[in-house]
Amino acid sequence: MARDRVRVLCLSVTIGLVFVLAWQAFTATRPPGKGLPGPLAVGATAWQMLAHPFYDHGPNDKGIGLQLAASLGRLALGYLAASAAAVMLGVALGLSPLLYRAVNPYIQVLKPVSPLAWMPLFLYTIKDSGQSAILVIFMSSLWPTLANTAFGVASIKRDYLNVASILQLSWPRRLATVILPAAAPAIVAGLRISVGSAWVAIVAAEMLIGGTGIGYFVWNEWNNLALTSVIFAILAIGLIGVLLDAGLARLSRRLAYTE
Amino acid sequence: MAFLEIDHVTKNFPAHDGPGEVCVFREVAFSIAQGEFVTMVGHSGCGKSTLLNIIAGLERASGGGVVLEGREITQPGIDRMVVFQNFSLMPWMTVFENVRLAVRAAHPSWDRRRIAEHVQRYVEMVGLAGAERKRPAALSGGMRQRVGLARAFSTAPKVLLLDEPFAQIDALTRGLIQDELIGMWTAGRNTVFMVTHDVDEAILLSDRIALMTRGPEARLAEIVDVGIPRPRVRAALIEDPDYLRLRAHVLRFLVEGARADAGDGHATPAAETLAVTPR
Repeated sequence: MARDRVRVLCLSVTIGLVFVLAWQAFTATRPPGKGLPGPLAVGATAWQMLAHPFYDHGPNDKGIGLQLAASLGRLALGYLAASAAAVMLGVALGLSPLLYRAVNPYIQVLKPVSPLAWMPLFLYTIKDSGQSAILVIFMSSLWPTLANTAFGVASIKRDYLNVASILQLSWPRRLATVILPAAAPAIVAGLRISVGSAWVAIVAAEMLIGGTGIGYFVWNEWNNLALTSVIFAILAIGLIGVLLDAGLARLSRRLAYTE
Repeated sequence: MAFLEIDHVTKNFPAHDGPGEVCVFREVAFSIAQGEFVTMVGHSGCGKSTLLNIIAGLERASGGGVVLEGREITQPGIDRMVVFQNFSLMPWMTVFENVRLAVRAAHPSWDRRRIAEHVQRYVEMVGLAGAERKRPAALSGGMRQRVGLARAFSTAPKVLLLDEPFAQIDALTRGLIQDELIGMWTAGRNTVFMVTHDVDEAILLSDRIALMTRGPEARLAEIVDVGIPRPRVRAALIEDPDYLRLRAHVLRFLVEGARADAGDGHATPAAETLAVTPR
């Protein structure tokens, strides 16, 4: 409903304004430079940072655009590798109830482990903090896609597989034309959850490894006591998260089907 | 040697309650000649769809076997296309893509253009020109089954297996699609094995009708020769005495004679008194 949408928008903007005004009122009583920065100070910082997002003045002073790009690069590597592995393993588990039941206990034990808990093991074995961070992202985005793919493939209607058998489709073709499209809605739902948890994990991972990335930026600005930068970085992280999710939502709409 | 030989096929299922097995049907034996249209009629639970699945290779017989052109059937194959009661179209594919999947599988050496032309011809044959880019969800039941028929016929299978193909289609559309089926069958002379509840449909379409007793432990009671000359016109058939007699016979069998003890694989006395024109 168009009228509903207008009302939702009005309410949404009002809530935002009330929050910002309350924030301003709360912080205005303190002298400048003391206590939590107000929205005006954060706005000024944001303006400054967005004017030069890609400058590079050495390891401790890079533009926010560069930092975000570093994080997104790590995300892409870890997430894509994890997604490929999860879909492949998930298809195997979904097609073989026996294998599924045999592997499921291990998945259940590993799934609730924070991806950061793996960091020491990665640092010890591969001795490279950048690659370790990518592997942390890998661990964080593995499980939801794996579980959803296995479930989606296991619940493909028998009829579709029967048609594939009657047509004697080769394995690659069966995978490409029947199994993956049939399970696509479940797989993409898993990919969507995974990209969210990967983006959550990367900030923490970069705080630990340092060097580059938005997580390192937040920690560095905290060490500089530049809280306006921290607040602006939080907003940027949130916005990028929304964009990542919106991209996968689009993919999900394209692959959806009704029976 | 018969083209398609159903050789004393028995099917047991594990019992629902407790150990042991339940016999669905026992030692069903008959054969189908090349180009023949044979329909199996019987009550629900006599295992007729199970028998069709065994011929398709989707299920295994517990005893006996099915032989096609001298080779025993052990797995599904593109020489035995199935038209399913629930259509079983791929919902993420368009009408065109659904038929193309089958044509590609049947003719791996064809190039894209040849495949597309072939698909288009069958899509048009079932009256779906203009609906090529639609997905099954956007089609009525009748249109979906037309896609199912186009998919099955497009591969020119040795045997066409029709599993209650019109059960989920409204009565008016059913007649139209039956006529289309007859048209395509007359053109290609595929060997057809159909399973149905619908006696009129069986008589209209078939050369012979196999009657099953009630399950469990169902048996093939008799095979009735239809013998009404083709082309059969639905409107004229309604008054045809042969048609009426045959219809009464099959219906009487289903109402009274379908008890398990009625069948021993041979014609019952009722069948012997039945006057049907020889083919």
